[in-house]
Amino acid sequence: MTTNGSLKRHTMIAWMEDKPGVLNRVAGLFRRRNFNIESLAVGHSETPGISRMTFVVRGTDRDMRQVQTQLNKLVNVTAIQDVTYEPTVVREMALIKVTATNENRADIIQLASIFRASIVDVDLESLIIQVVGPEDRVNSLIGLLQNFGIQEMVRTGRVAMVRGARTEAAGINGETAVSAHPHHKNGQY
Amino acid sequence: MNKIRSGGQIIWESLMHEGVEVVFGLPGGAILPTYDALAKYEYPIHHVLVTHEQGAAHMADGYARATGKVGVCIATSGPGATNLITGLATAYMDSTPIVAITGQVPTSLLGRDGFQEADVQGISLPVTKHNYLITDIHDLPMAIKEAFYIARTGRPGPVLIDVCKDVQQAEMEFEYPATIHLPGYNPNMNAPDPQAVQRAARLLNEAKKPVIVAGQGVSIARAEQELRELAEKAQIPVATSLLGIGTFPATHPLSISWGGMHGEAYCNYALQECDVLLAVGARLDDRLTGAFETFAPKAKIIHVDLDPAEMGKNLTIDTPVVGDALLTLRALLPLVEPNEHPAWLEQIAAWKQETGYRDILAQETDELVAPYVMRALWHATQGDCTVVTDVGQHQMWEAQYFHHVKRRSLLTSGGLGTMGYALPAAIGAQVGLPDEEVWVVAGDGGFQMTMPELSTVVQERLPLKIAIINNGYLGMVRQWQDVFYNKRHAGTPLFNPDFVKIAEAYGIPARSVTAKDEVYEAIQEAQAYRGPFLLDFQVEEFTNVYPMVAPGKSNADMIRRPLSHNLEAGE
Ligand SMILES: Cc1ncc(C[n+]2csc(CCOP(=O)(O)OP(=O)(O)O)c2C)c(N)n1
Repeated sequence: MTTNGSLKRHTMIAWMEDKPGVLNRVAGLFRRRNFNIESLAVGHSETPGISRMTFVVRGTDRDMRQVQTQLNKLVNVTAIQDVTYEPTVVREMALIKVTATNENRADIIQLASIFRASIVDVDLESLIIQVVGPEDRVNSLIGLLQNFGIQEMVRTGRVAMVRGARTEAAGINGETAVSAHPHHKNGQY
Repeated sequence: MNKIRSGGQIIWESLMHEGVEVVFGLPGGAILPTYDALAKYEYPIHHVLVTHEQGAAHMADGYARATGKVGVCIATSGPGATNLITGLATAYMDSTPIVAITGQVPTSLLGRDGFQEADVQGISLPVTKHNYLITDIHDLPMAIKEAFYIARTGRPGPVLIDVCKDVQQAEMEFEYPATIHLPGYNPNMNAPDPQAVQRAARLLNEAKKPVIVAGQGVSIARAEQELRELAEKAQIPVATSLLGIGTFPATHPLSISWGGMHGEAYCNYALQECDVLLAVGARLDDRLTGAFETFAPKAKIIHVDLDPAEMGKNLTIDTPVVGDALLTLRALLPLVEPNEHPAWLEQIAAWKQETGYRDILAQETDELVAPYVMRALWHATQGDCTVVTDVGQHQMWEAQYFHHVKRRSLLTSGGLGTMGYALPAAIGAQVGLPDEEVWVVAGDGGFQMTMPELSTVVQERLPLKIAIINNGYLGMVRQWQDVFYNKRHAGTPLFNPDFVKIAEAYGIPARSVTAKDEVYEAIQEAQAYRGPFLLDFQVEEFTNVYPMVAPGKSNADMIRRPLSHNLEAGE
């Protein structure tokens, strides 16, 4: 079988050397296999010179194993981990500019506080709300704020970190975290 | 001691550190400082001028496949570099180690659409194992060092270095780096997991109908001897992939030739019937397997490959073994018990006999058919030569009728199927192996794609032997039209030049062959000539390659050659 299993959103973390063009290499790999990256967040990791990328892609488990082994082949990628089935802390941040009037400003502020969101900019006709949390919380707040009129919005996309002490942690001293042959120890391909 | 060097000098001196003796290329503005350094400092590296950069990449490829060393090609920016791309893609698909060096516009002009600027790093990204854009001379030596390391280690492949013109002109104190730091690249984890090897051995020991499929990975790892020992010890028949031809002697009693779309029918029967299949260093691509889910339906599959990304890419694998072919076969050998499998070998022999009856050479005809030429070439050379084929019907016939026994004696574009490969790749092979008898076997269509490289043959005084299989058609495509498009021959009849006159225009002696009884003697004439020689074999036009598995179909549903005296003409 070429595509066993059902489609599922996968969260992957990749560590890579901070060099020009690396993002392009990673993106190219997905494009070639016709995968749509749903979200992608890149920034520095704890190791100087190593960036950390969290991305969300929809695919089967088998597709994702392929993506993982192919990404691992990129010379600048130092490690890659599919954390979909790991206990993780997953967060996203959004900035939402909402239309506000004298009448409803208080309602909006109250709504934001229920979501532990903060007001980071106030204008006579609008507010900017900053919310941090799991995606579904961000989604619910956005849904509610739509009633007031959203003028502008930006979301960072998902970032993720596995809970607990770092085990086969990645990206340090250039060690490849996931073994070069993930999953080959057991199970079928 | 003055170690100040220009970027151009650094390129050549770094190549010398890597043991490079020859490069294939063609200059232009953005690479001129590097070419000038070659002339000015008279570095002992031979530059082979090509007529088209695609030829340079194929030459580097043929050189690398024939010698096992990294092939090097060089081109200017823009069109020079884009002309390399087909050759790089060919090398990438077939895991050939190449380093390509291209000039790029000066750093100050990058991204401004200046004359002959192309985003070569971007264009080559999906067809190279890795690539570099060098905008600072201080990055140049390490990039070259890494490029050679990456190209030849692990699963080999092409690496491109795009060097801005001002970097070639800049100067620095040069020392070739001694070590490499590539945190994301670990090609040395190639010893197989002992447990996986044990599981593989158990499967092989329990098998009643085992088959080995050997791919090019066996020859990259130089594991031909171990492959043979394993096969003989347990009496396991060995098939190869197209690129695996030569890893196991085709004349060996355990050889079952090669399988797939146009592989031998008896080989495909064996693959479909086997109960355990050991694939070593083969990708198991669709041309070999047919429709993936129909391949070897009764078999437990053991897949040995260095590249973890190959595991389960196409097929469901029972026992994946990530490891180098040599180390894995060595680990397997003591664990695999001696065995006989008489019933299985008998069954295969019966299939083989049936295949023989249907062989076109068993049919009586006076017409000169291409398989006859291939068989004659095999007899005349006694297999002791390197054959470089192009892509098409002749490629399949060569693989069927020339029984390769020598490692790396067939060079062919298997993965990308690049027409135009044969002549330049053979030039590269002959440059790398000056004492070898090297034959080009090309169709009349593909030959014309890179035919101008005949001037490179003459310029380099190469004693290349060239056989054109001239059927007046883009034969393989015509065959598909015959079978799948109701014989509507759209765009496949060829209008050919007189190849003998073409050769003579380059100063290459040539002769055309139209009858069976001239074939052997013509080949001998070419062999005896101390220099290049071209033979234009004008063969029967409508013969098709059998067996044939329709794309997307199962190897079990092979279309076989009709059991009749008629060739396919007009049927
Ligand atoms: C560069 C390129 N273009 C097109 C094709 C598609 N193609 C595959 S085989 C073939 C016909 C080759 O004809 P010829 O060189 O005369 O060889 P024959 O099949 O007749 O032996 C073509 C056009 C290809 N493989 N490569």
